[in-house]
Amino acid sequence: MSKDKTSQNILLQVKELQIEGFSDEKWHKIIKGVDLTLFKGEVLGIIGESGAGKSTLGLAAMGYTQPGCRITGGQILFNGENLARLSESKKRKYWGNRMTYVAQSAAASFNPAHRLINQTTDSTVRAGLKNRNDAFKEARKLYEALNLPDPHNIGNRYPHQVSGGQLQRIMTAMAMSPNPDLIVFDEPTTALDVTTQVEVLGAMRSIVEEFNTAAIYITHDLSVVAQMADRIKVLRYGEQVEEAETRVMLESPKEEYTKSLWSVRSLQKKEEVEEDIVLEMKSISAAYGAARVLFDVGIKLPRGRTVAVVGESGSGKSTAARVITGLLPPSEGSVMFSGESLPAELKNRTREQLQKIQMIYQMADVAMNPRQTVREIIGRPLEFYLGMKGELNRSRTIELLELIDLDESFIDRLPSELSGGQKQRICIARALAANPEVIICDEVTSALDQIVQEGILQLLMRLQKEFQISYLFITHDISTVKAISDQVVVMSEGKVVEQGLKSIVFSPPHPDYTQLLLSSVPEMDPDWLTNILKKRS
Amino acid sequence: MHSIVKTILERLGLGVLTLFAVSIIIFSAIEMLPGDFGEAILGQRATPETVAAFRRQLGLDQHPFVRYIQWVLGAIQGDLGTSFSGRNASGVDRSREVVGLIAPRLWNTMFLASMTAIIAVPISLALGITTALFRNSVFDRSVNTATLTTISFPEFFVAYILILLMASLYPVFPSLANVDADTLIGERVYRTALPALTLTLVIVAHMMRMTRAAIINLLASPYIQMARLSGASQLEIIIKHALPNAWAPIATVIAFNLAYLVVGVVVVEVVFVYPGIGQLMVDAVRTRDIPVVQGCALIFAVTYILLNLIADIIGIITNPRLLHPK
Amino acid sequence: MTEKPNTYSALSEVGAIRENRTIFANIKISLLKSPLTARFGMVVILIYAVVAIFAPLIAPYGEAEVFPIPYAPWSSEFIFGTDQIGRDIFSRMVYGARNTVGIAVATTLLAFLIGGSLGLAAAINRSYLDLVFSRTVDVLMAIPQLIFALVLLSIFGSTVINLIMIIAILDSTRVFRLTRAVSLNVVVMDYVEAARLRGEGLGWVMRKEILPNILPPLIAEFGLRFCFVFLSIAALSFLGVGIQPPTADWGSMVRENASLIQFAKYDLKAGITPLLPAAAIALLTVAVNFVVDWFLHKTSGIRDE
Repeated sequence: MSKDKTSQNILLQVKELQIEGFSDEKWHKIIKGVDLTLFKGEVLGIIGESGAGKSTLGLAAMGYTQPGCRITGGQILFNGENLARLSESKKRKYWGNRMTYVAQSAAASFNPAHRLINQTTDSTVRAGLKNRNDAFKEARKLYEALNLPDPHNIGNRYPHQVSGGQLQRIMTAMAMSPNPDLIVFDEPTTALDVTTQVEVLGAMRSIVEEFNTAAIYITHDLSVVAQMADRIKVLRYGEQVEEAETRVMLESPKEEYTKSLWSVRSLQKKEEVEEDIVLEMKSISAAYGAARVLFDVGIKLPRGRTVAVVGESGSGKSTAARVITGLLPPSEGSVMFSGESLPAELKNRTREQLQKIQMIYQMADVAMNPRQTVREIIGRPLEFYLGMKGELNRSRTIELLELIDLDESFIDRLPSELSGGQKQRICIARALAANPEVIICDEVTSALDQIVQEGILQLLMRLQKEFQISYLFITHDISTVKAISDQVVVMSEGKVVEQGLKSIVFSPPHPDYTQLLLSSVPEMDPDWLTNILKKRS
Repeated sequence: MHSIVKTILERLGLGVLTLFAVSIIIFSAIEMLPGDFGEAILGQRATPETVAAFRRQLGLDQHPFVRYIQWVLGAIQGDLGTSFSGRNASGVDRSREVVGLIAPRLWNTMFLASMTAIIAVPISLALGITTALFRNSVFDRSVNTATLTTISFPEFFVAYILILLMASLYPVFPSLANVDADTLIGERVYRTALPALTLTLVIVAHMMRMTRAAIINLLASPYIQMARLSGASQLEIIIKHALPNAWAPIATVIAFNLAYLVVGVVVVEVVFVYPGIGQLMVDAVRTRDIPVVQGCALIFAVTYILLNLIADIIGIITNPRLLHPK
Repeated sequence: MTEKPNTYSALSEVGAIRENRTIFANIKISLLKSPLTARFGMVVILIYAVVAIFAPLIAPYGEAEVFPIPYAPWSSEFIFGTDQIGRDIFSRMVYGARNTVGIAVATTLLAFLIGGSLGLAAAINRSYLDLVFSRTVDVLMAIPQLIFALVLLSIFGSTVINLIMIIAILDSTRVFRLTRAVSLNVVVMDYVEAARLRGEGLGWVMRKEILPNILPPLIAEFGLRFCFVFLSIAALSFLGVGIQPPTADWGSMVRENASLIQFAKYDLKAGITPLLPAAAIALLTVAVNFVVDWFLHKTSGIRDE
């Protein structure tokens, strides 16, 4: 895969690019002078955390800025022209012709009113590259190459008639249709489940290789970019941290920041056995109206340990949490707490029962009332469960803040005055304030950046040791499971597929679904995708 | 296609139900009248006999349920009862059929409303779409401030300003829009110019703002950005990508404003002494002539419900998700 | 606290953080940044409030004081002349601020009391109560409001109390819908679920979790509803079925003096006299709309490009 890196072979060159965005009545710098060089037929990965400006940079490579943004300096050279200074009507002759775009949410990015094949070939026909018939034929070939089912007819459907993974592949076909020089992939698999992601990644990579198209691949997921890119550029706060060939970057990152990104994956808890069961779901079945979502689910949570419940969207893992908390009374089975059966409905539970089981949510943003200060948020359970008032309440709140590595200065802040990680910490403090025995963590780290995730996970583990708290940890992310669990429950379609100690669940032999799930999780090895696809075919 | 028919039938069923509920409310207007209203209408000198005869004529001696059925059946066949006015204490009855009062005026009102709609709808759609496209331009800002000001004006304020300018100071149009059945079409348009202009100004402001909001909402969709990035021109984006998805919101905006027009007509008719059913209704309210009020209210309500129903149905039949079920 | 660059610390973590300011500081900053239209609106509203409150001190004559000269021209004695039976128009306009605006404010408050509490109850209850209220409101809203008001006024008669009750009830349907809709958005939030899981009672959840979060849209709606109610009452009075004489009211004043417009050619001042109360109505609605527009823009967090 060695590319000819001579100056004649440069496809796109971005020099000292600066972009500003308008928010809070001010212009803020989003991209602060970034250079980028892309050779013909090369795939460049851009990675970074939220707010790094990676999507803005990716779109700017096409000369496009989102509404509310403006280019304030620098050049974007493509085909000898500076796209930063070109009028939109001039740029239009490149868009959908020489350069194309694959968006994150395919479901929202297809026009609901038109057939898929028309949308796939639209730009090709408009640019006069092919006539309609040839373009249709070509599109069907692309569908086939992308492993879409029924490639001859799927294009006649409308966007809402096909699944998310299929739409993402059709969008890739749409980007390939005019046979462009450059495709910008903007987090194309982020919204997909891991088992779907593998197929989409494989299809995208093989087609880019086949046509020798250059691509910019934007993602926050290192292991994904490792599969797709020849070269990786790391961005942070709108500036470049470093850039290197993929293998070099993976083996020996230079900068501290990059190393810290890499190191997150190494966090791993040693599993411990415990016989005392604090919480148990006994053969629970549950339904939303007529739709049954849980089938005979049994989960045991040992005291002072962490049980991770993993599964893809629709597996019923969050519903299990709703049953435990009493929000959704089960149709069969019961929830046992310290050997006693809990009332099925929330309103029949005593205050002590409620106090012992606390919950932390995925989106800390909406888990805290935006109009309450940290003091009110943490202070309320102290008052409600423990009757602490006045000065006692305040001093305990400060103690809790210190427990979660924050300090007194945060006590009068509103949630909007906190960063993402700080918000989640306040939610942890709120749960902790009740002196619980069990905390249910529902995807508590999945909305956070890698480095912040690690901090939260370490905090949770420290608190577990200190207070003997048991966690029921719901997640879709296998690396998080590896990092913190003692036991693992694998769920699929409302049933428990497998459960047991982490070491046992993660070592073969696996049931089919666990095998599929585990093997679909991308690894940092750049050859992982090649190998897995070879193995499966 | 099956699901779309089902949705439409559901919506129609709901419309019929609403009509039924509305007819009950309007019917019960007469039930809620105080007991001595017979005397109030026939005058202080009315004898108990004439009052009793009047009540009998209204059917007040019958069960309300029976009367409701009779009233609805009558209304469907075009019989809305007789007016209260024209009766006196001595029992002389020169009252007129409500339908006879309403019919010629209904035609006048419809003429005024249609004339306004024909002018206002294209103007507001064009203004709404252009301001949405050139958002935050000087043009957009000034149109916005102007319309925000206009929707804050009472209709009669707009009407009198127009009278002051175009009838009183510079007599271009007549300030009184007196038409009758014999008025020729050209003359009719000339005489209704000022009322139509007043309504147009008010309606355009509302409709343009709503169209603008709907279009902006639509243009923020990710698929519009996608269309831009695939090289579609501004015109192509509007016609091919935005418009097919815009029918439902636009239909809603138009229906809402035509329904508003129906109501706005009342005040404007009074200002210009235009012989429409709005003025008839206001006169009837002042004299508490309940049968006429009921008849007019029924016509207004039915128009209003029908307009909204049509908008709903347009929304349904242009929805790709319903047009092409899974 | 010693920090190495690029190592993680929860304390120093930064993100899209807003500064920590007091409420007054925030209000001050907002006011300083407010657009010209909004400032204009606020000044106008303030002036109207002052006039309404101190009406007897400002008006030179009584509300229903009749002088022997009807239709007197503008003069130093009668600033805007007199009306058809010889009452001072300027004085009536000053009192009109108190009557017309006062009645509209009372009506809007009542509408919010009814619609707001029922809407909140429906959003939290979400059972038969919600169903009954919502269907009733659907039916009430299927009749154009002005028409419905006319029907009810013809039955009950045009007294101020009837007027307030009728318009308030009819208008509360819209308040109900909005309150229900915004409350439903808040009810599904995780923090409300967290409060319920904690075991908090319904009253606490409503007061502490939901109400503070639905207040900004409701305040904006109050402005818009006020405009609507104000215009409706003015229209009814103008039609002669609203506020009845001798109470000074802007809507009926327009109607009473409308015939003067014909004389505009000979005496422009007399010609625009009937427009003055109409302009007073329009100015206040414009002012409120400007302020609401700015407020909505600010609180929605949605910025135009």
